[in-house]
Amino acid sequence: MSNAKTKTETIHRVSFLDKDAMSIPILKILQADGTVYDKAVLPVIDQALARKVHDTCVFTRVLDERMLGAQRQGRISFYMTCTGEEAAVIGSAAALEAEDVILAQYREHAALRHRGFTTEQFMNQMFSNEKDLGKGRQMPIHYGTAQLHYQTVSSPLATQIPQATGVAYALKMQGKRNVAICYFGEGAASEGDFHAGLNMAAVLNAPVIFFCRNNGYAISTPTEEQYQGNGIASRGVGYGMHTIRVDGNDMLAVMAATQQARAHAIQHNAPVLIEAMTYRLGAHSSSDDPSGYRSKEEEAKWQQHDPVQRYKLWLINKGWLKADEDTQLYEHYRHEVLSELKLAEKRPQVGLDFMIEDVFDKPTPLLKKQLAHLKQHVKKYPKAYPKSAGEQ
Amino acid sequence: MMAKMNMLQAINSALMAEMETDKSMLVFGEDVGHFGGVFRATSGLQEKFGKQRCFNTPLTEQGIAGFANGLASSGITTVAEIQFADYIFPAFDQLVNETAKFRYRSGAQFDVGGLTLRTPYGGGIAGGHYHSQSPEAYFTHTAGLKVVIPRDPYQAKGLLLASIRDKNPVIFFEPKRLYRASVGEVPSDDYEIEIGKADVMQQGSDITLLAWGAQMEILQHAADLAAKEGVSSEIIDLRTLAPWDVDTVAASVKKTGRLLINHEAPLTGGFAGEIAATIQEECFLSLESPIARVCGLDTPYPLNHEKEYMPDALKTFEAIMASVKF
Repeated sequence: MSNAKTKTETIHRVSFLDKDAMSIPILKILQADGTVYDKAVLPVIDQALARKVHDTCVFTRVLDERMLGAQRQGRISFYMTCTGEEAAVIGSAAALEAEDVILAQYREHAALRHRGFTTEQFMNQMFSNEKDLGKGRQMPIHYGTAQLHYQTVSSPLATQIPQATGVAYALKMQGKRNVAICYFGEGAASEGDFHAGLNMAAVLNAPVIFFCRNNGYAISTPTEEQYQGNGIASRGVGYGMHTIRVDGNDMLAVMAATQQARAHAIQHNAPVLIEAMTYRLGAHSSSDDPSGYRSKEEEAKWQQHDPVQRYKLWLINKGWLKADEDTQLYEHYRHEVLSELKLAEKRPQVGLDFMIEDVFDKPTPLLKKQLAHLKQHVKKYPKAYPKSAGEQ
Repeated sequence: MMAKMNMLQAINSALMAEMETDKSMLVFGEDVGHFGGVFRATSGLQEKFGKQRCFNTPLTEQGIAGFANGLASSGITTVAEIQFADYIFPAFDQLVNETAKFRYRSGAQFDVGGLTLRTPYGGGIAGGHYHSQSPEAYFTHTAGLKVVIPRDPYQAKGLLLASIRDKNPVIFFEPKRLYRASVGEVPSDDYEIEIGKADVMQQGSDITLLAWGAQMEILQHAADLAAKEGVSSEIIDLRTLAPWDVDTVAASVKKTGRLLINHEAPLTGGFAGEIAATIQEECFLSLESPIARVCGLDTPYPLNHEKEYMPDALKTFEAIMASVKF
């Protein structure tokens, strides 16, 4: 039976809806040459915000380039780049307020940077040293900070989606005028948690923005092998929520959509789904090689749609940035990343005592016993455990 | 003031009292709203506290657990219900990979300590294999989760209040065959029963009998049968399976020299195995017979042979006598 709120037309002969029954437009504001489309309605943006967004783009490009390099040199174990998806991530993050809660998948470090995560903090996490906020417990790029309202990344896909619904419901109950934003890819949208989270958000009136980065691939699996429907956006309508598809490489379109999604979510205590169409220019991760599943021609085509370049042209057209102004910025960040990297890799790792902390609020007697036993063992065979032997 | 209550009323009384005190507390799950839950544990909560604080969710256990994680991570006191423990498995990923690791993985930047997940477990109600399972051991194997199981109305209220207030996520298994069958005096006032502490219900000298939840009355019955044969049993309710009270059990076994563990879940991989391994290590020189396990068979829970499957009083009595005569 249909929901009482849904209008149903009666028919008297069989007529199926096909997968193209719903036509979903795509929002574009910025053209390739950095000018805006006629009649395009721009997001609310001033020069300070516009330059900050650009700054975050440059930092992210530098971080990704340097840290992928550091991974190749064996200095860190793993890395993931945001390359090609900067507009989707930064454009949406820039549409939020500082106390809106971010639940990331894993490729959204640019949003974290926009919030103010320092270069040193990035490095401490990637080198899992004693200054890492996560106490050195997770692989590189699993950032999290309570201070910046960015929930700690976890590797299982889509688990953050129903959690974002819970976070948003909490914000509503606590009377805060804030939203939760939840990032995920089109691949993660095949997980059961996606369905669970979106349906619950719609039914329970949670002010959450579901932000899908549809970047073409889930590791090697292309979208044609991920879903048959009209992208991810068609599902939002099915769950009964406001939905929009945007050009994910168009900084201004992403920002405009997210600003209005945020306003809608707060005003109506309702979720919104944004599907940003983009392309993962880099590999899935440092452990992946895309040449096995996609062509150089395809990658070259998407290089032409570089979101950072398109946005930069707009800034220049607008007179908010000089053409060669960011050359210095790139240099500045290359230097900063490198020097922070060198400092972070020399910082000590966390001690063995941290191993049993935070399993519960306090270590249990059994955990203390296990640790004592382990320490005795390490003491007996220090050479086998060089990381911990020095602590004794 | 004391009042006569069954276990459901005791649970309801704990929820009612805590929602009154803790204005942030939310209660939700499938059918828990106006209907009050399929067993009526949440009766009257929506009427009293409104639809924002006690509500139905769509039919999605993984969604309930994920949503609960999000709420608890934001400082909300969260009490979620999974309608039957048999249906907890869609939520397994959220519980094992998220709930249990939330604090650890974030270096305590975030935690879901305010989360309590209630769920009815166990057989004896002609529920077949999808309304009778006892899946507690799966969760004891995951660091970061507390697992609590009450045996009667008094314990249910005190342990539930302690679980809700505990700074760690708790999975609270409720023995559904006792929901209405177990009746007792329960204080109307607020009280807590400490999590992580076993309860020595009966002192004895010949053998220690250990179980939890609905199996406690089985142990009592078996101990009474053994007493007629001159065997003195010490009976312990473990109450918390994770983290469990090794000291109380070990002290008892050092005194009696014998241990029998009873659980409804299948033998293999059951929590009795963990207890037996630890106790033989702690009490090796005090043991006078092998540690006995009286458990369910390694079959799915059988509808038409429920009586035969159950680790009942007679099977327990036989194992007691075999242990003392070893």
